[in-house]
Amino acid sequence: MLHYNSGDTAWVLASAALVLFMTPGLAIFYGGMVRRKNVLAMLMQNFATMAVVGLAWAWFSYSLAFGPDWGGLGLLGDFHFVALSGTSGAIPGMAHQTIPQLAFVAFQMMFAVITAALLTGSSADRLSFGAFCIFVLVWSVVVYDPIAHWVFSPEGWLAKRGTEDFAGGTVVEVTSGVSGAALALVVGPRRGWPRELMRPHNVPLSVLGAGILWFGWFGFNAGSALSAGRAVEAFVNTNTATAAALLAWLAVEKLRDGRPTTLGAASGAVAGAVGITPACGYVNTVGATVIGLAAGAACALAVSLKFKLGVDDSLDVLAVHGVGGFVGMLMVGFFGASAVGGANGLFYGGGAGLLGRQALAVAVTAGWAFCGTAAVAWVVHRLVGMRVGPEEELAGLDVSLHEESAYDFEALGSSRLWPSAPQPTRRRLEKD
Amino acid sequence: MRLVTAVIKPFRLQEVQEALRAVGVVGMTVSEVHGYGRQHGHTEVYRGAEYRVDFVPKARVEVVCEDEEAERVVEAIESAAKTGKIGDGKIWVVPVLDLVRVRTGERGPAAL
Repeated sequence: MLHYNSGDTAWVLASAALVLFMTPGLAIFYGGMVRRKNVLAMLMQNFATMAVVGLAWAWFSYSLAFGPDWGGLGLLGDFHFVALSGTSGAIPGMAHQTIPQLAFVAFQMMFAVITAALLTGSSADRLSFGAFCIFVLVWSVVVYDPIAHWVFSPEGWLAKRGTEDFAGGTVVEVTSGVSGAALALVVGPRRGWPRELMRPHNVPLSVLGAGILWFGWFGFNAGSALSAGRAVEAFVNTNTATAAALLAWLAVEKLRDGRPTTLGAASGAVAGAVGITPACGYVNTVGATVIGLAAGAACALAVSLKFKLGVDDSLDVLAVHGVGGFVGMLMVGFFGASAVGGANGLFYGGGAGLLGRQALAVAVTAGWAFCGTAAVAWVVHRLVGMRVGPEEELAGLDVSLHEESAYDFEALGSSRLWPSAPQPTRRRLEKD
Repeated sequence: MRLVTAVIKPFRLQEVQEALRAVGVVGMTVSEVHGYGRQHGHTEVYRGAEYRVDFVPKARVEVVCEDEEAERVVEAIESAAKTGKIGDGKIWVVPVLDLVRVRTGERGPAAL
């Protein structure tokens, strides 16, 4: 009864690996932007997210997001697929798919991972590691899984109302952007922000990270077709919009600040990939270019908002992912072209209906993400304390949380100069 | 003996080294330092936010020489380090009480 296509299955599995690689890419994109004393903590949070959310996904999150709908309300999946039992059949609501359900499980797992990982950017340099792991697990269940069910599962209530979100403009981008802002609001700003100098410590790392994200996004967007044959429009649109946004961000910088910057080019590329995420399978080249230009310019302008709002969204998760996802979702309502896929938008004779459905999905996602995240963060903060102490924050998280430092560039700081010094054994550290 | 210390723009270091060699200086110590004078740092922009960087990178050159050589050393550094723009740096001279060559134990000017 199930007809698997080996080409489709191979593409989705390869895409899952591409999307997995986005999280370490994001880690170094962010790692380069934090101060030298916090780069390992940033990498660590992202790596730990791959483990925590990945494990949760296999055990229960997949079931909550994509299991058979609970009571037909379209709000949440049931526990049918706990520990991935019973996943040999068709994906609920997707009987026509030509890939085994486990390929879909793997692919969607990476989406859950990177969406949670994005929250490291808004809360950088101040969270305790253990509390972050608890937070990200609870957040994933309370915020991510329901939204994934509403939009990505054909049995979800927003999907049934005709929301068009090809690869996660709401589920991943608006969710992470708004959640990031809520998290930053609850845990408070970094000590010294915005008075102190907190410039990026390694811009080349960030540029490489953005390059890895761009590369991985082909799996993220084109993999969401769940078919090799239907992946090509999404693949090409992803590159077109990313390129347009990179140039748009640089144009804003040239006009506003006088100079285009390297970090701006990296950020613009990410903003464009974010913008095209919901639209990549529904628009043509004109649409992809306009979405890229709009997302790049809007995000470049939005990065200064945090100073006006007084919210230390440290690495601009709201400005890049929230705003980029918002722009992309609404643009589908204008540029959606049924010749590519989905319904016609306003500019292709489809009327304003699609635009309205897109706006509803964005509003509902943003609302749930903000309230859910604020609640989860507040509870975890009250129970275990999300932040490190002032001395630890001042010394940097690398040394105070992990007893490591990222770089050993200074000969005077090297242990080789002091051969007679006692080795840092576990026992000695305990005595300290 | 005198200790001549100069804090200069890093990219003038090679010219200063050559000028010192030309006036007979055979050794020096160089370190990377940060600081500011009247130019008071510079600004950098990341994602539209302007950051004032107060401590700008400089090279510090230290030369120990005979009393009568000090003026020539200072002039050599001054002319080689000069760009005429703000931030060219400073040179100062202090007396040195004693000097030891660690390998041989020679003292005073013989250790130069």
